[in-house]
Amino acid sequence: MSWQSWVISTFAFMLSYGTPLLLATLGEIFAERAGVLNLGIEGMMIMGAYSAFVTAYVTGNPWFGVLVAGAVGCGFSIIHAVASITLRANQVVSGLALTLLGLGLSGVLGRPWGGRPLPNTLPEITIPGLSKIPILGPSLFEGHSLLVYIAILLVPVLWYVLFRTRIGITIRSVGEDPATADSLGVSVSRVRYLSVAFGGLLAGVAGGYLSVSYYPAWTEGLTGGMGWIVVALTIFAFWNPGMGLLGSFLFAALYHLSFRLQPWVAPELLRALPYLFAILVLAFVSRGTLQRKAGAPSALTIPYTRGQD
Amino acid sequence: MTRPNWLRIERREALTPWVVFSVSFAAIVAALLAAGIFFKGYGVSPVRAYGLIVSGALGNKVGLAETVRRTIPLLLCGVGLTIAFRALFWNIGAEGQLLVGAMAAAGVALFVPLPEVLRLPAMLVAGFIGGGLWALLPAFLKVKLGVNDVISTLMLNYIAAFVMQYLIQGPWKGPTARGFAYTDKFPSSAILARIPGTPIHWLTLILGVVAAVIAFIWVARTRQGFEIRVVGENPDAARYAGISQAKVILVAMLVSGGLAGLAGVGEAAGIHRMLLAPVKLSAGYGYTAIIVAWLARRNPLAVIVTSLLFGVIMAGGDVIKVTLGLPFQLVNVFNGLILFFLIGSEIFMRYKVSIVWRRS
Repeated sequence: MSWQSWVISTFAFMLSYGTPLLLATLGEIFAERAGVLNLGIEGMMIMGAYSAFVTAYVTGNPWFGVLVAGAVGCGFSIIHAVASITLRANQVVSGLALTLLGLGLSGVLGRPWGGRPLPNTLPEITIPGLSKIPILGPSLFEGHSLLVYIAILLVPVLWYVLFRTRIGITIRSVGEDPATADSLGVSVSRVRYLSVAFGGLLAGVAGGYLSVSYYPAWTEGLTGGMGWIVVALTIFAFWNPGMGLLGSFLFAALYHLSFRLQPWVAPELLRALPYLFAILVLAFVSRGTLQRKAGAPSALTIPYTRGQD
Repeated sequence: MTRPNWLRIERREALTPWVVFSVSFAAIVAALLAAGIFFKGYGVSPVRAYGLIVSGALGNKVGLAETVRRTIPLLLCGVGLTIAFRALFWNIGAEGQLLVGAMAAAGVALFVPLPEVLRLPAMLVAGFIGGGLWALLPAFLKVKLGVNDVISTLMLNYIAAFVMQYLIQGPWKGPTARGFAYTDKFPSSAILARIPGTPIHWLTLILGVVAAVIAFIWVARTRQGFEIRVVGENPDAARYAGISQAKVILVAMLVSGGLAGLAGVGEAAGIHRMLLAPVKLSAGYGYTAIIVAWLARRNPLAVIVTSLLFGVIMAGGDVIKVTLGLPFQLVNVFNGLILFFLIGSEIFMRYKVSIVWRRS
């Protein structure tokens, strides 16, 4: 393979595989910024993937599938919100339960749908003009679905919302110091519910992208641990959408490059690499941050009750 | 928050075992009621389905043996997890630690020249050490670098599974396996004896019960157990008391992973008698054990009861798969629901919720 096609395939993979990671990471950043850790991403993603596939298959409209996936992810995340916000359950365990439930439910419901090719997938678009640029054109501006670019556009939008608007300040204050936010008249639980729901929406869409565009097919356990990578990426991103983009795409590119090792490393071991990356990256960004907690929202994983700390 | 005045919520003064038991019991019943919808969806009466599960898993010798077989790995992993959770280390990695224990045992069984009498003991030791070291890795990462424990333990599950897959398809693939991806059968000196006519490898069962008792005494009665509890319940107090949080986490994880490793030895040497695909070796025992430990409220002794309960659910999953043709995955739906109702119910342990009929 020439080096050009090599770079093209790496960049193309970076976008196509990085997009679901990015979407779900953006969502998790919002939930965690509001103080709610949601370890149920894997469950929400796979429920999104399942529902998008079935909807697209039955209606013939893949965009409708993505929409339904977002709604299902959102609805699923509400279970976690009720448990962890209203009932003040442990967020780690509640998130795990959500993942367990999502994997189980999609496995049960999705059984008849496995192995069917999807006739209508998200259309691949070519961006006029830009696609003519050598190397970058064919890798970044051609052959991807619109959703990829929507995800990238979401990054500056969500960064702006989070750091430059009233909504963003409210969300961050609820995650940093809920008691003060409460005393200023902010409804802590409402902000947390909405943030978790937004995270669920994006995780659902991320799963939908996998089943109606990336693969496009349904298989049991198709997310294969991507949701956990997202949890790691959120930490890597220091809860910042811009860093989320960098992390997701870097991760996807590294993953793709690891396949270059194929002549020397067994395929099973190559498949373990993303998970190893995730640990190494976390080890790298966490160095010496034990005391500072790596910039995590101060109230992350702590349920809020008025009048007690 | 505005609250309707017919609802009264008071903080409970003390948590009695009776409250814990009755609230947990109610949560499980509620979860099973909710899961009943799925049976309805499949056109099976929930009453009939639950009847089949209970009678199938407990009502005859075969079912009972199957239940105990499922209980063994859940018991070993669950006891280990209670210790890690006590130290507030989120060990989600029992599944990977189990797999590494199985790999270590298989390595000893197949490739280490040993006198026959020493082979099984060596496998058990290797399994414990293998699982323990695999668990020490995330403990070190947490203690030295502050790496999030949930993520690292989870990632290591995937890595362990892929390494195992690599071994059985590559260097350890058995010459007699005829193209299938598994190792050769273990030699007879490397096989855990079963209770005749059942799949119960009794030595591992005994180890599990003994581990539960020892762990209970360890946590409740010894200095080190006390330190584990302080670190988990009040890290600040632990610091002031001069307790090394790092040491406590490392010790807790070594034991936690070691016990999961023993569960792996049991599955490899007691059930399959070889090393095979990770999803076949373990039916997600390491994950289910998280619920087992949580339901036991991190009490190692209570794990004996809760692991048996989930043994019934897993054996029941087999029954409904065979007799009703329903997918075994339903078990995971059950487990997820039970876990949700359990953690959701904890608010009823902390608060007394009552309905007031008379307006004040």
